[in-house]
Amino acid sequence: MPKGVIAMSQMQPSGAKTGADTGANPSPRSFQEVILRLQAYWASKGCAILQPYDMEVGAGTFHPATTLRSLGSKPWAAAYVQPSRRPTDGRYGENPNRLQHYYQYQVIIKPSPPDLQGLYLGSLRAIGLDPALHDIRFVEDDWESPTLGAWGLGWEVWCDGMEVSQFTYFQQVCGHDCRPVSGELTYGLERLAMYVLGIDHVMTMPFNDPASPIALTYADIFRQTEEEYSRHNFDAADTAQLLRHFEDAEAECDRLLAFPADDPKSGKRIIMAHPAYDQTIKASHLFNLLDARGVISVTERQAYIGRVRALARKCADAFRLTEAGADAAPDAGATVADA
Amino acid sequence: MPDLLIELFSEEIPARMQARAREDLKKLVTDGLVQAGLTYAHAGAFSTPRRLTLAIEGLTAESRAVREERKGPSTSAPAAALEGFLRSTGLTLDQLERRADKKGEVWFAVIERPGRRAPDIIAEVLEGVIRTFPWPKSMRWGNGSLRWVRPLHAILCLLSDDAGHEVVPLTVDGITAGNVTRGHRFLSPGVFSVTSFEDYAAKLKRAHVILDAAEREAAIWAEAQTLAFAAGLEVVEDRALLAEVAGLVEWPVPLMGRIADAFLNLPPEVLQTSMREHQKFFSAKNPKTGRIEGFVTVANTITADHGETILKGNQKVLTARLSDAKFFWENDLRVAKAGMADWAEGLKSVTFHNKLGSQSDRITRIAALAAEIAPLVGADPDQAKRAASLAKLDLRSAMVGEFPELQGTMGRYYALAAGEPEAVANAARDHYSPLGPSDDVPTEPVSVAVALADKIDTLTGFWAIDEKPTGSKDPFALRRAALGVIRLVLGNGVHGNMQMLIEQSYLLHMLNHLQMIEPVNSMHSSRDPQYESETLLVWKQEPVRRMLNWDGFLDRNSDEIEWAIFDCIGAEREHDADDARKVKDAYKQFEEFRARVDALDHFVSVSMFMGQEEKSLIVDYEQSEDLSIIWKRAAKSLVNDLLAFLHDRLKVYLKDQGIRHDVIDACLAPLPHAATSAAGPNNDDLTLLVKRATALQATLITEDGANLVAGFKRANNILTQAEEKDGVEYSYGADPKFAENPEERALFKALDQAEAAIAPAMQAEDFARAMQAMATLRAPIDAFFTATQINAENPILRRNRLNLLHRIRAICLSVADLTKLDG
Repeated sequence: MPKGVIAMSQMQPSGAKTGADTGANPSPRSFQEVILRLQAYWASKGCAILQPYDMEVGAGTFHPATTLRSLGSKPWAAAYVQPSRRPTDGRYGENPNRLQHYYQYQVIIKPSPPDLQGLYLGSLRAIGLDPALHDIRFVEDDWESPTLGAWGLGWEVWCDGMEVSQFTYFQQVCGHDCRPVSGELTYGLERLAMYVLGIDHVMTMPFNDPASPIALTYADIFRQTEEEYSRHNFDAADTAQLLRHFEDAEAECDRLLAFPADDPKSGKRIIMAHPAYDQTIKASHLFNLLDARGVISVTERQAYIGRVRALARKCADAFRLTEAGADAAPDAGATVADA
Repeated sequence: MPDLLIELFSEEIPARMQARAREDLKKLVTDGLVQAGLTYAHAGAFSTPRRLTLAIEGLTAESRAVREERKGPSTSAPAAALEGFLRSTGLTLDQLERRADKKGEVWFAVIERPGRRAPDIIAEVLEGVIRTFPWPKSMRWGNGSLRWVRPLHAILCLLSDDAGHEVVPLTVDGITAGNVTRGHRFLSPGVFSVTSFEDYAAKLKRAHVILDAAEREAAIWAEAQTLAFAAGLEVVEDRALLAEVAGLVEWPVPLMGRIADAFLNLPPEVLQTSMREHQKFFSAKNPKTGRIEGFVTVANTITADHGETILKGNQKVLTARLSDAKFFWENDLRVAKAGMADWAEGLKSVTFHNKLGSQSDRITRIAALAAEIAPLVGADPDQAKRAASLAKLDLRSAMVGEFPELQGTMGRYYALAAGEPEAVANAARDHYSPLGPSDDVPTEPVSVAVALADKIDTLTGFWAIDEKPTGSKDPFALRRAALGVIRLVLGNGVHGNMQMLIEQSYLLHMLNHLQMIEPVNSMHSSRDPQYESETLLVWKQEPVRRMLNWDGFLDRNSDEIEWAIFDCIGAEREHDADDARKVKDAYKQFEEFRARVDALDHFVSVSMFMGQEEKSLIVDYEQSEDLSIIWKRAAKSLVNDLLAFLHDRLKVYLKDQGIRHDVIDACLAPLPHAATSAAGPNNDDLTLLVKRATALQATLITEDGANLVAGFKRANNILTQAEEKDGVEYSYGADPKFAENPEERALFKALDQAEAAIAPAMQAEDFARAMQAMATLRAPIDAFFTATQINAENPILRRNRLNLLHRIRAICLSVADLTKLDG
């Protein structure tokens, strides 16, 4: 059993305690401090702190640590920052809070612990949002990802009328019912940090401590790239090539999954679920780029989304045949409790 | 008598589901208890974001014992009958008794159901309710299998009376019922135990939870008004928002803020919609200027700084949102002032329905139809056409993209910005109306023309692709569209031949579908075996199918036709080639099919040669000899079908207005015998139809009216029998010189007078006056029947009297088919 799992079962009482605790934390001074505090908080609650997935994705949910690991019955707890790309949201760095590249903070815990709401509220306290001073609300918002064939019920969390997180109990991912159910938390980091730091335009946000010898703002790091990618996404990306790459990724995904499970070289049973899933991620991002280039009509859109969903489904089917994606033996739950 | 308190404590329940959930909980639990033999005095259900609560007063402590005797099968009956009886009674054979019966010995079951204690019944009922609760959407969580709207954390189930209280023992999926609950998530986080409903409600209030949604609503509304008043503003009432907000908070704390000056020039609808949809704010307007200048947000908590931080945060979010709205508004105005051409172009790529073309196609059709309708409603055709071409362009605007509910409202602003006259701009706002049965009906002529054209186009379009409403399914809101047509026509007294309008609308759809019909041409000339079968079978798809199948021809013969098509092109098909008769039959049907395709093809190719400009005009196909007979027939079948649907909706509508169903039927029925009326009442003109129905109903209330109907029916029955017997129609004018008695002569005179009065009344569409004149016939008809024998010995007299009855019939049928009336 991974250590994180045991920690998760131990953390519930402490999570409940934080629900009553109204102690405030000093406000963070920079974007990175918000991130570091979330990392430290979720690490203290027993999550494995993973690193971003090394591919272009539209949201933290695409990280295999969420999509694939929410399948099957093996317990799982992870948290990570995920750079996310939304080509259509590019505004050349001019819009105060719209970016084609931004950061999401993602927490995924399976099975969802009974006090996930309390744990979540603890994370807000950790970054200086004290419920004794703010109005925190759970407002119905059911989440659905047609590209992943995934949906869940939950809320968007409001802090003083602003959406600061998405809180979802996964019911289905890649067309598979989630048993047990994973709890997923997604924080839009820029927006959240801007609120905590009292910043009106994302580009003026201090990235590191403003008192640092070399103080860097969000603009110092990202204004130029926002301009470059906005131009690229809207006007320059080669659509014919993108279309070709989409087809390639689709074909490659199928090809990888068609290999027999038994690897003659190592003599092991190796299903290439993750490499195939990488191709799904690629196809999804290529679709987003094509969409930003405006070359996909309304009716075609549905068809493309359906094609990506079909790939995701096949990868999930394959992953479920692997050790990480399998259902644990019925007595495994007892083992956790005994430990 | 004990009281029962149930609380189901969960994570936040969506606000929109709470009211229904309260009702469901109350109904399901009380129904279950009553069914199990308990009674109760009163039940009340409550909800907050985190709990569903049911309080039942005066519950009986146990159910009464029941003894039931049931007679079973004969002891000599087959084993299966006995088994069935045992199953239904839940007993075993040794528990049955043998008793003598009239027919011999039979099995008897004596079932004793002892009384049960209330807690046992409650536990059973509540578990069942929790496990099967009808949430619109439910979920699983953690490792569990239980479904609830969000994770269910605790069950409180408590019976209490003067002597004390007890927890009802109950465990559902690992959640054991108790007597504890929690207060407000942040203000009173601890748990506490309760002893009764009063104790529960009081302790909750101390723990910052107002249990009753109505009480929360009242508190929010009162405080919001106070805050606004203090700021010199007044809150804009919004009941739906109030109910929603009350479902989002346990301890409401309204806070008032001002909208920054930079946004005050946005249209009030934009401010209100943005604040309501995105942030669930109430709008506060300045009573002097009518402008929206402030907002009220409702927090769920009390803070040390009296909500200052919360208000500041909300204000900030509002500023960001309104900046977006302002950006949309200013950009949209730029496009509008340039004539909205960008939007018109953009709508070409927005699909309305994949079988009915783009929004742009739709607008072109509606504009052409609106120009046709314009003269009927007193609008200028060019202006109606212009208004229809602009009315939906705002669908492409950024503002409507963000707030779809502002469609039309924005269209009006943008049309005005484009320099269009009020009448055209108002049509953009009003042409969607009426949406509901109590919605206002547009009255400005241009708006009426566009609104009618919009709805008729929708109805005809979905009829043409066979997407009619069935049962409770009406995904395209076609019933609403039909009611809209009816209310627009009646509300404005529009005279128009509905059949013609539908036909014209259908023709516009067909012209619009040329590209879809094109494959018919290729199919027609195709002899290439490689030709894809999908293309060959295009005739099976709408709208082509409907045109070929107006008389059910394809329904009957499509197998044969398909076989023949494939046989023709030499494709490999499995068939019984030996069956010569079958082959011959298939080719016979194929021949007819080809004739129809030719005709359709011809119609299409004529249309194809028209220029784009001409296509938007309506072809006067009635006068064109060349156009296909098939088309006319297909249109007829569709028009009749759609007219029947409109008539059904009209019946529902008029019934609601208090008009008898048989009166409506009498006015809807075609009038085969009506010869006297120059106006020729027809059921296509809904306004006339309703005028007739109203006049008829008013007349039927009078004694003369009711008796006239009886007299007419008598005359009609005798005449119809005689006509059937003699095989002739007695429509040759009766001659007064054969009148024998004073009553008969009086009837002649009365008929002359009535006809003289009725004809001009009918001309003037004054059906009330026509009916009054008709009702004066009652006395002469009654007297005539009393004094005269119709089937006289003398054939000349008999014939003359039958001809006289025919005059009665003709007059009485001039307004409505009185044979359809009850009684």
